[in-house]
Amino acid sequence: MEISKSSDNSEQSERQPSSDEIVLTVDNLQTHFFTQQGTLPAVDGVSFELHRGEILGLVGESGCGKSVTSLSILRLIPSRSGKVVGGSVKYGKVDLLNLGEKELRDIRGNEISMIFQEPMTALNPVMTVGDQIIETIRIHQKLPKNEARARALEMLKLVNIPAPEKRIDTYPHELSGGMRQRIMIAMALSCDPKILIADEPTTALDVTIQAQIMDLLQEMRRILGAAIIMITHDLGVIAEMADRVVVMYAGRIVEEAPVREIFSTPLHPYTQGLLKAVPRLGEAELPGQARSRLSTIPGTVPALSDLPSGCAFRPRCAAATARCEAERPPLEQKAAGHRAACWNTRTDTTTNGRS
Amino acid sequence: MEQHDSTASGTGASTGAPLLDVRGLKKYFSVKNGVLPSSKDYVYAVDDVSFHVETGETLGVVGESGCGKSTVGRTILRLIEPTAGKIIIDNQDISAAPRADLRSFRRQMQIIFQDPYSSLNPRMTAGQIVGEPLRVHNIANGSEIRDRVADLFQRVGLRKDQINRYPHEFSGGQRQRIGIARALALEPKLIIADEPVSALDVSIQAQVINLLMDLQDEFGIAFLFIAHDLSVVERLSHRVAVMYLGRIVEIADRNSLFTNPQHPYTQALLSAVPVPDPSRKKVQRTILKGDIPSPMSPPTGCLFHTRCPVAKASCKTDVPQLKEIAPGHQVSCHLR
Repeated sequence: MEISKSSDNSEQSERQPSSDEIVLTVDNLQTHFFTQQGTLPAVDGVSFELHRGEILGLVGESGCGKSVTSLSILRLIPSRSGKVVGGSVKYGKVDLLNLGEKELRDIRGNEISMIFQEPMTALNPVMTVGDQIIETIRIHQKLPKNEARARALEMLKLVNIPAPEKRIDTYPHELSGGMRQRIMIAMALSCDPKILIADEPTTALDVTIQAQIMDLLQEMRRILGAAIIMITHDLGVIAEMADRVVVMYAGRIVEEAPVREIFSTPLHPYTQGLLKAVPRLGEAELPGQARSRLSTIPGTVPALSDLPSGCAFRPRCAAATARCEAERPPLEQKAAGHRAACWNTRTDTTTNGRS
Repeated sequence: MEQHDSTASGTGASTGAPLLDVRGLKKYFSVKNGVLPSSKDYVYAVDDVSFHVETGETLGVVGESGCGKSTVGRTILRLIEPTAGKIIIDNQDISAAPRADLRSFRRQMQIIFQDPYSSLNPRMTAGQIVGEPLRVHNIANGSEIRDRVADLFQRVGLRKDQINRYPHEFSGGQRQRIGIARALALEPKLIIADEPVSALDVSIQAQVINLLMDLQDEFGIAFLFIAHDLSVVERLSHRVAVMYLGRIVEIADRNSLFTNPQHPYTQALLSAVPVPDPSRKKVQRTILKGDIPSPMSPPTGCLFHTRCPVAKASCKTDVPQLKEIAPGHQVSCHLR
């Protein structure tokens, strides 16, 4: 097996966390769901790279394919309903999509692990949290039980669980939502993974607890040097956590850029509309009782069973032209490190794209 | 950004009694504890809460899960019976009114729920759902109902040809519009909106927030807007109350609360909100330690002292009372 665990403890500063080393390459990923309404292209040609130690934000509204993308990476799509039908996910030299079940299991939870939105459903209710972490460690690291327990305790301390010696023997229902998310993070990081996929990890939490968890994830990235794919619909969380951002709409990437550029110079009309539609604290301050309206994106996200021709965002886009209806815009480089899929953002007129 | 002045309604300076006056509201839920039927514990969901809402005004109620904000909304409608306190709407005390009389009061007060999936009957068409209050209250019949429903559909941004569709045929945002149309049907004076936009995507959320503001300006409806999202509350509210463990810890007009928060909890809550602007350095984020205590065994003294970054000894023993520190700005903190 090609993949071996590097145990370098390179100190990475918080400001310059990512390196040029690529740890994961997703290329033209396609995941379809098979339903009564026909085949739904939930993920339709998604490509991106993940650099070592970076936090990549995957953002979009419900149904845009962000979660399906992350589940596809670890081949966790329930086989009854859907399937990865194309593309590749390269981790080192291996394509995760072509790996046997056993080899894949060696990577899942060990090299690449995942945390979910609702820790209560992701944790086993009839096992103590300690036993669950110990189980994870023992499956992947083949440690004797007492050493695994010591490691689990160490992890609980690392994620700032108060009184870890006591908490290690509690059941998930005895803990608060924020505590359970800490346990999930401890479990996910217990095997020192290279990549952590976090699917809406703070969405179910209260805002003061969310702040704690965002803080913890950043600290973990700094200490352990893991790259994080952070899936969220919350642009505030993205702005505070991510180094780079991928914006998805209707199963495709519409824009990708470093976080500051996404927020300062968004190129795709969808990204622009989304950023304007978010209510921000302090922005509504008008004298007395006056209130200001929010800017909106007209219409709704199209159903995957009924996607418009050409650009999927076209029916909601103020700048749409005949070309947007006829041809789907490819994701193209518009500036260094900045890609967008739109006919109307200034660039070359040489390529014709695909039809 | 389009600006839009709503000083005409909701000035909060109207003379006479407020539209809604809540005084000393309490709701304790009893929970069985242990095997003996006599051993009972209480969840102090709402504990001595007082506030008022003026005609045409939005009072935002914010707080984290378990702070009692939803219970306040439901108790006002008497969907949950209050343990103690007075609920006065339009000069009538409904807290002790017999259940049979509640229907007439509910004409004046309607509610919009968070989840547009579970709050609509899946076996009724959208038109039947919106028209049902009119039927129940014998306000209109037959063609009148149809006309009124068509009107309401148009007003909330739904198409008339969608009247005969079922809830599952609508998207989340459209379903919330159906819920809003149903609440509007009786032309209420007060709408209790319990997290009405938190289940919606950003682009749809903005549409619904604008719709609620437009409807308020048009019809002069007062809103009790319950939400956990501070930026949404800031956008919609004229005044804001912050709740923690069943009590109001701070209440003020919007600008005072957001630019000059006084309670340490309000300050922490505001600083915890992630800012959608990566170029802005998060300078002084106060990250609160620990979790919200259980409302079954609330802390002694100030309920917030277990997490408060500035608590002193007396906070553990003495219960702070809400006191006015500026006109219309009340805080319950020993240090203010």
